[in-house]
Amino acid sequence: MAYSDKVVDHFNNPRNMGSFKKEEEGVGTGMVGAPECGDVMKLQIKVQNDTIVDAKFKTFGCGSAIASSSLATEWLKGKTLEEAQKIKNTDIVQELNLPPVKIHCSVLAEDAIKAALADYQKKAENK
Amino acid sequence: MKFPIFLDNHSTTPMDPRVLEAMLPYFVEKFGNAASRNHAFGWEAEEAVEKARKQIARLIKADSKEIVFTSGATEADNLALKGVLEMYKEKGNHIITSATEHRAVLDTAKSLEAKGMATVTYLPVDKQGMVNPEDVRNAITDKTILISVMLANNEIGTINPVQEIGKIAKEKGVLFHCDATQGVGKIPVDVQAMNIDLMSFSAHKIYGPKGVGALYVRKKNPRVRIAAQMDGGGHERGMRSGTLPVPLIVGFGKACELCEQEMPVESARLAKMRDHLQTGIMAALEESYLNGHPTNRLPGNLNISFAYVEGESLLMGMKEIALSSGSACTSATLEPSYVLRALGVGTELAHSSIRFGLGRFNTDEEIDYTIKKVIEIVTKLREMSPLYEMAKEGVDLKSVQWAAH
Repeated sequence: MAYSDKVVDHFNNPRNMGSFKKEEEGVGTGMVGAPECGDVMKLQIKVQNDTIVDAKFKTFGCGSAIASSSLATEWLKGKTLEEAQKIKNTDIVQELNLPPVKIHCSVLAEDAIKAALADYQKKAENK
Repeated sequence: MKFPIFLDNHSTTPMDPRVLEAMLPYFVEKFGNAASRNHAFGWEAEEAVEKARKQIARLIKADSKEIVFTSGATEADNLALKGVLEMYKEKGNHIITSATEHRAVLDTAKSLEAKGMATVTYLPVDKQGMVNPEDVRNAITDKTILISVMLANNEIGTINPVQEIGKIAKEKGVLFHCDATQGVGKIPVDVQAMNIDLMSFSAHKIYGPKGVGALYVRKKNPRVRIAAQMDGGGHERGMRSGTLPVPLIVGFGKACELCEQEMPVESARLAKMRDHLQTGIMAALEESYLNGHPTNRLPGNLNISFAYVEGESLLMGMKEIALSSGSACTSATLEPSYVLRALGVGTELAHSSIRFGLGRFNTDEEIDYTIKKVIEIVTKLREMSPLYEMAKEGVDLKSVQWAAH
């Protein structure tokens, strides 16, 4: 199976790879997937005034999973929370030219975004 | 050094130029049909086939009349299982095989089971991938007509105690088929000493051409009979019809001859290179685990799981090295390696496995490059892995509630 140039690029030059401290003010963390399934994504957002000012990821998974989460962080930066909610897995599929067997990677990335947003909201409400 | 480096010699092997040289005259110049009995073209082809048959038989200590040519090991496995089952159906319908067999055996057994033609026992293997001969003995019933256990595994290289299994089969009067595709030409095979009644193997795993293989069918003590699965001109003593692919067979014969001559030197060289690869990688990378048997395995085989990184991404990071992984992402089924699972390797480590397959044409320089590259990519991907981060923070990954998907 050949990878698209964009997948290869994200894999070789991952954007925003790393972690924020979970307890840090304004940080929301989403962790989805399972090691037994072969992919786990951790996606984090840093929010100021309802806008995502920074995002980071770490991913255990195939090249397409890594590329999907790397792309997600790129897209999240600068978006409002409302805009971020609207990112769809199909957008990721299209951007990265993912083949049908790799669609689950994009679904996982969307789940990770939603989980990070939910975590941020929960933290904000509990303050 | 030439790129990409080929370290996937369990999947196939490059053809030895000496094999090609032997084959060349049999395409244009000596093109006869080996079954043509009444002219020189046919005699010439037949002579070449018979010479190859002898070269092949010699390598496995068989008689040349016991070699039945097929299109490859998959066909040989099919012919052995289906042919025996059909021929001996009056005697019984029970087959004993093992969980780590190649799909050519497992899927054939499953298909026979699904059609209601056979009952099959799938024996477990131990943590290192070996079948216990006593399990074979205990599984035999009065309906058992065939035991099918592989010589060496294609993923982990573990070599089964075939001689002991053969002895039990003989003692109990049950036929013993051995899929020796990965073992023939790499380790000594003796169908007499091992009490093997039927044996599958193929040319392209031993530096010969693709498209030809053989089923060894014992001629005496006992005389094994199989029902043909292909109807036609009655070639190969009626066991496999179809015009013989003379050039391929000539190549197969030459490949076997070379293996026989070079095996002692070659296997020692490969084992040394493999051990160097293993030590070089495993000494540098914590939490890398060897899959399979530490000593009793094919000289060119190395299978390692690298905790916290996924196999397909490892392969993607080493594009200039041709390797294989047990990760689900590299298989059509989306399930991680059933072989590693049968050994009791956890699913997450099965996803993290890489198979290195060394062969005749690999060099020390290539191995050194591979060691360097593997260490580099595993380190890079662990930095990227949330699992590695959690493990470093002291989180027990087994205690985490994962959302399986």
